[in-house]
Amino acid sequence: MADTGIGASVRRKEDQRFITGRGHYTDDLNRPGQAYAFFVRSPHAHARIKSVNTAAAARSPGVIGVFTGQDVAADKLGSIPCGWGVTQKDGKPMNAPPHMPLAADKARYVGDQVALVVAETYNQARDAAEKVVVDYEVLPASVDLAATAKKGAPVIHDQAPNNVCFVWGLGDEAATKAAFAKAHHVAKLNLVNNRVIPNAIEPRAAIGDFDTGDDSYTLYVTSQNPHLARLVISAFVQIAPESKLRVVAPDVGGGFGSKIFIYAEECVVTWASRKVGRPVKWTAERFESFLSDAHGRDHLTHVELALDKDGKFLGLRVDTTANMGAYLSNFASAIPTYLYGTLLQGVYTTAAIYCEVTSVFTNTVPVDAVRGAGRPEATYLIERIVDVAASDMGIDRAEIRRRNFIAAIAFPYQTQVALQYDSGNYGASLEKALTMIDYAGFEKRRKEAAGRGKLRGIGLASYIEACGIAPSQVVGSLGAGVGLYEAGQVRFDATGNVTVFTGSHTHGQSHETTFAQIVSDYLGVPFEKIEVVHGDSGRIPFGMGTYGSRSLAVGGSAIVRAMDKVIAKGRRIAAHLLEASEADIEFKAGKFSVKGTDRAKTIGEIAFAAYVPHNYPLSELEPGLDETAFYDPANFTFPAGTHVCEVEIDRDTGVVAVERWVAVDDFGRIINPMVVAGQVQGGVAHGVGQALCEAAVYDKSGQLLTGSYMDYCMPRAGDLPSIEVDTTVTLCTHNPLGVKGCGETGAIAAPATLINAIVDALAPLGVKHIEMPATSQRVWQAIHSAS
Amino acid sequence: MSGIAVSTTINGDAVEFLCQAEETLLDVLRDRLGLTGAKEGCGTGDCGACSVIVDGRLVCACLVLGAEAEGSSIETIEGMADGDKLHPLQEKFLEHAALQCGVCTPGFLMAAKDLLTRNPDPTEEEIRFGLAGNLCRCTGYDKIVRAVQDAARVMKGA
Repeated sequence: MADTGIGASVRRKEDQRFITGRGHYTDDLNRPGQAYAFFVRSPHAHARIKSVNTAAAARSPGVIGVFTGQDVAADKLGSIPCGWGVTQKDGKPMNAPPHMPLAADKARYVGDQVALVVAETYNQARDAAEKVVVDYEVLPASVDLAATAKKGAPVIHDQAPNNVCFVWGLGDEAATKAAFAKAHHVAKLNLVNNRVIPNAIEPRAAIGDFDTGDDSYTLYVTSQNPHLARLVISAFVQIAPESKLRVVAPDVGGGFGSKIFIYAEECVVTWASRKVGRPVKWTAERFESFLSDAHGRDHLTHVELALDKDGKFLGLRVDTTANMGAYLSNFASAIPTYLYGTLLQGVYTTAAIYCEVTSVFTNTVPVDAVRGAGRPEATYLIERIVDVAASDMGIDRAEIRRRNFIAAIAFPYQTQVALQYDSGNYGASLEKALTMIDYAGFEKRRKEAAGRGKLRGIGLASYIEACGIAPSQVVGSLGAGVGLYEAGQVRFDATGNVTVFTGSHTHGQSHETTFAQIVSDYLGVPFEKIEVVHGDSGRIPFGMGTYGSRSLAVGGSAIVRAMDKVIAKGRRIAAHLLEASEADIEFKAGKFSVKGTDRAKTIGEIAFAAYVPHNYPLSELEPGLDETAFYDPANFTFPAGTHVCEVEIDRDTGVVAVERWVAVDDFGRIINPMVVAGQVQGGVAHGVGQALCEAAVYDKSGQLLTGSYMDYCMPRAGDLPSIEVDTTVTLCTHNPLGVKGCGETGAIAAPATLINAIVDALAPLGVKHIEMPATSQRVWQAIHSAS
Repeated sequence: MSGIAVSTTINGDAVEFLCQAEETLLDVLRDRLGLTGAKEGCGTGDCGACSVIVDGRLVCACLVLGAEAEGSSIETIEGMADGDKLHPLQEKFLEHAALQCGVCTPGFLMAAKDLLTRNPDPTEEEIRFGLAGNLCRCTGYDKIVRAVQDAARVMKGA
């Protein structure tokens, strides 16, 4: 199986349909009798809804129904929940205000859903929406992250006095204070982790389809986790019991976190399909994506690093204000806490760490996970303050990292911030990356560039990620409302084909290929005879979905466990057919054989016997060869690595050109190197976008100024260099595949790498720090204010 | 139903359709003709996901009205392969895994085809700028650039 098994760069199974335009994305689907939906959204960031008059809209051509927050309340729909309850520093629960699917009392951000119009055509729904008259009492808005918790700021939710959701701490505050007291040097930095908008190229879409025959609903939706959507819409929003709701997430055009969440639109079209007795389709226009997909990051941080005279890290102190936006999205509270504070050990032996996070509401789009989610913010502040410290103390930036790395022999390593790293070799990745980019020869290149009038800089970042979320009991103790296992089912048919049902969801990650490679490798079944099914709660036993680079580590492991059961049952069937003792049967390369003999049955023959059980031990074994496993991981996984890049800056324009990018990552065992390289390259591009050009900008009144691709700058092919990818390997010690995960690391490593390079390029001018995004204007200003 | 009668050639076949005045060519392709390969990513001509070739010119189908297509010859992703035989660009996108979620891919393939028609031997920089009208959030463009370079090499030799 070497050519299609684990470790082979197999061509992607899913690509054939995509390159011929025959994928089936949600908006490509249409249901018989389908009507179309358009949402009336608040034009105000903060306004009391005094009344909503739908009469004129209801009389508009083609209109089938108009629904408001009052209708939602009358039908007793529930609030869209935040699934992660954070316990505050003082022991109290976080302030979690309700989030109703349609706003009835107040609108809390520009784009907040106020009413729904359903009509025969999309344009009729859109036209009629303009006739919905909402009487708003416009209220002062609280938009500024730094000011929203201050006295006198407009209060957004009655349940959250001072607009504070929680104040949370992690680490040993006293020990950290003591570490700073004995420091030789303290490096300090204020930094902004800029708000980004996920911008999957496929806008969100949903079709609610109520079947009047059996009172059941089907929701076709752009989701990264259809089972979780079913759970939330059933158990919390209470539209239908889970047994009466099927959620299908077909081909999905990118997620990057934004399609984890269960949004108001999806709930409302599901509910409305029953109200109008027709399927109801909604597809976001791009402006709606900007105004309603959960945004990411948006932190203000003060960080301090205490060092001894040799540059060893004694203590790290972090104070962060994190924006939640106007409502708590499903996982919002977990991002600046359990996916952020717990990563502040980084890859270093920092002896004492304390982190405090104040999470606040503002009249802006809700903030939640975007590719990396909390971990890019942690890596950014660590790798920036390490560079600042190196600069302050005159220590080479690679050398200061070497002096502080957790040694390769120190695993398992208990961090100061709750996690226990199982494996890693951070020095190996660093040295490989430095060799690849010729770190030693950089000053020559800087000089050569200076001769051409360019400012050249080099930057590096050594990151770590916690992914493969996560042990259910651990996350449960931290306030998670769900378990975070995964389900996998491996089904043979009578002719020896295999169908794999996974609770993971692929929306670019190549599961149809990589999961088939694993199955082919383990079971010795040809790759072509394996189909991977995902994204349908009606076909797959259960699932927690794809986010946080968990699919392979958790979903892949569930499939391995299901295959273990298949092999165990196959062994018993083979023992019967071969008239041997079960203990004497061994399984290898798709064959069950009697040890020391040439007597064997292929797994295909075993499957046939299982489905046509004429010669079969029916008294002790059920027919069929179809096994399901739920896998709950023992720990997170910890990919880590070093990225290095070089930039050249034009003094006259401030334009930053990224000249080279080297990524050396440790992902544990790699199933498909070609797929992994693509994940890294895409992640780096996402991180370069955040560092160089992407930013969500609000004006004082809460209007989103960057609400289109003309205003929100996405990285394009011409903005990026070739991204050189290599790996080092330490295996994950606790999952059966030894895998760690790779989907987010590029976005985690890239912002710090790039800003470190830009600051290095500008350092000769006296620049110490530059905020993201380092647009040409910002860089030009830095050049001119420095000189 | 009433509407504007439009006669076109799509992927080599004569196609007639009725459309409303406000319908875009993208609406017509997707909703009336079942050609859903072209996608609407933005509706404003900024993302290139709806790229098709009209009378030899690469356009965003979201910016062309259906009624404007009268008398035009239109190429879409559905007509790129010759039956089961993939176009060299499609082959190379497969070989290099130059796509992930796939939603921008039809647009990239049409844009790359147009680029190689105009410039059969592009440099990496020319490819990067030639495809800068198309957004991809998944790949970082690296493998797309490699695939187009490789396809150009094969097509020149053909």
